[in-house]
Amino acid sequence: MLEVSGLACVRGDRKLFSDLSFSLAGGELLHLHGHNGSGKTTLMRTLCGLIKESEGEIHWNGESIHSLDEDFTRDVVYIGHKNGIKDDLTGVENLRVCTALDGYPITESQAWDALEKMGLRGHEDLPSRVLSQGQKRRVALARLLVNRAKLWILDEPFTALDVAAVDFLQSIIRSHIEAGGMVILTTHQEVKITKEQVKELQLGWKEAGHV
Amino acid sequence: MNARLINWFKFSSPATFYPLAGKMVPIFTLLAVVLIGVGLYMSFFVAPTDYKQGEGYRIIFVHVPAAWMSMFIYLIMAFWAGLGLVFNTRLSGMMTRALAPTGAIFAFLALWTGAFWGKPMWGTWWVWDARLTSELILLFLYLGYLALQGSIDDTRRADRAGALLVLVGVVNIPIIYYSVQWWNTLHQGATISMDNGSKMGVTMLWTMLIMALGFWAYTIAVALARVRSIILEREADTTWVSELAEVRR
Amino acid sequence: MFSAFKTLVGRDLLLAMRRRSDLFTTLFFFVIVVSLFPLGIGPELNTLRLIAPGVFWVAALLASMLALERLFAIDYEDGALEQMLLAPQPLFILVLAKVTAHWLVTGLPLVLMAPLLGLQYDMATDALMAMVISLLLGTPALSLIGAIGAALTLGLRGGGVLVSLLVLPLYIPVLIFGSGAVEATASGLGGQGHLSMLGAILVLSLLFAPIASSAALRISAE
Repeated sequence: MLEVSGLACVRGDRKLFSDLSFSLAGGELLHLHGHNGSGKTTLMRTLCGLIKESEGEIHWNGESIHSLDEDFTRDVVYIGHKNGIKDDLTGVENLRVCTALDGYPITESQAWDALEKMGLRGHEDLPSRVLSQGQKRRVALARLLVNRAKLWILDEPFTALDVAAVDFLQSIIRSHIEAGGMVILTTHQEVKITKEQVKELQLGWKEAGHV
Repeated sequence: MNARLINWFKFSSPATFYPLAGKMVPIFTLLAVVLIGVGLYMSFFVAPTDYKQGEGYRIIFVHVPAAWMSMFIYLIMAFWAGLGLVFNTRLSGMMTRALAPTGAIFAFLALWTGAFWGKPMWGTWWVWDARLTSELILLFLYLGYLALQGSIDDTRRADRAGALLVLVGVVNIPIIYYSVQWWNTLHQGATISMDNGSKMGVTMLWTMLIMALGFWAYTIAVALARVRSIILEREADTTWVSELAEVRR
Repeated sequence: MFSAFKTLVGRDLLLAMRRRSDLFTTLFFFVIVVSLFPLGIGPELNTLRLIAPGVFWVAALLASMLALERLFAIDYEDGALEQMLLAPQPLFILVLAKVTAHWLVTGLPLVLMAPLLGLQYDMATDALMAMVISLLLGTPALSLIGAIGAALTLGLRGGGVLVSLLVLPLYIPVLIFGSGAVEATASGLGGQGHLSMLGAILVLSLLFAPIASSAALRISAE
């Protein structure tokens, strides 16, 4: 259970948002909306603890995320604009390093499996430097297949992905929600999940012709 | 000193601190002018000529208090830095920032007057004396802080990064000072003792103390004035700033 | 915790192996700076022997400082640093792992190369020994202290120059005791005192520098 109350965030000398409150329970997806620069990325980074909030509090299962520290970060996976993969490592190596740092090392065959499911068959052993943007994104997203984190925070996960990969990612997100997980994401795509499970949050003003 | 610190705690919000600082600036400016005026008069006309060093020694009435101040100010900056990192108060970052240039100026003044003193005393502008060297390193630490602060646009990051640097510096100062002293005694050849035999008379001591107090008052006045403009700059969007008489004009 | 340390050290060493050109730049820089001094000062062996400790240590200092820029910068750019900050591991362990790998790649080769270069300066065997030991104790301390500066200047314009301004004053004790050890040994006084001081500095920086660097990384990555 993620609870946010009275959250405010200041970047530079500009107040991005203030007095933001919401909560998210297992089996729910929070879809963040907002125009460019409305603070979606900042909010996500604040929620996973990368940015210290200016005001307000973020609680995870009733405790502040800053006092939980590692007990909170263990439950969270964050995939931001940057993929966080090393250009000189292969997909398999990248995935294995990532998961080892996240505290649940996987075997090489598990990594091959995950990458194959992500549609990277035949590319598992290439240095990421030669992969396309979409393929790099797939390597980063392969973490979602093997991790055990409860809360996924995904910043524009669908960018650079082709139609097939978007569909596949949607299905992963759906099954994570159905298994009682939580997802917070920003995207300009429609998320194909039953409406009861989706919460919407609007940052900044509403753009014409947008949800 | 203590009473003032408590005041600062109470006035830790920029909006309440701004007018308070505004009232204190003229008081401390006046104090600084009077004290430094008296101190300079005493150092030039009242303090007796030193039998060993002649008239040239009079520069120590500026040199020594400036060196003291340069060290004190770094400690005060470290105090504010620690406060800022622990309690996350905005004012402490501003205070650290406001004190740094004054500290750097005093460190530079101490080095410069030291050179002026060294020329007639030791026959050379610069000696790799332990104290001179440490003072030089202190100046580098100030410059490092100012450079770091200046190159970060985001004020919150600038404050916190600067605070961390000051704290790392303050932990290192004893180590640096100790190692420089060790190094200095190792290279006996260049060592010239700073206090070569001149006994400090009562008048001299008083003069030095008055000068030091004057420098204190100057530091406080300048730092407060600087912190006021930092507050205005950073809080420019807030309503309380736009309601200030001097801003509306 | 330890497995995370091992993973990260392994990853960074692997990365260094795949980019070997980066590996040698620091070493070449050290070799070139040390070899330049005789050209500037003259080939008089007595003079060279006298200045050798200082030259080697200043060169090691500059080389270590140059290498700092890459310590966190690449991880910062490709987002790996974010993931490190979010990993459920104590951050200072990860910082320690980064610094360890960094030292193995940039510091250790320099320590191994030093005695060879020392021959150019006609240094005696015991002085060479003292040099290797002092560098072995001192360069890790330089990397640890430098990591604080590298973390503070992450992503800033002019980061490289800024790092030197922040870090060089903090390097002074290491420089003094490092070159002091070599000098004392060369002049027959024995460098043990200096070496134990260097050891003490190394222990202190092992304890405190990773914590300060972690705090700096959190500030810079916001």
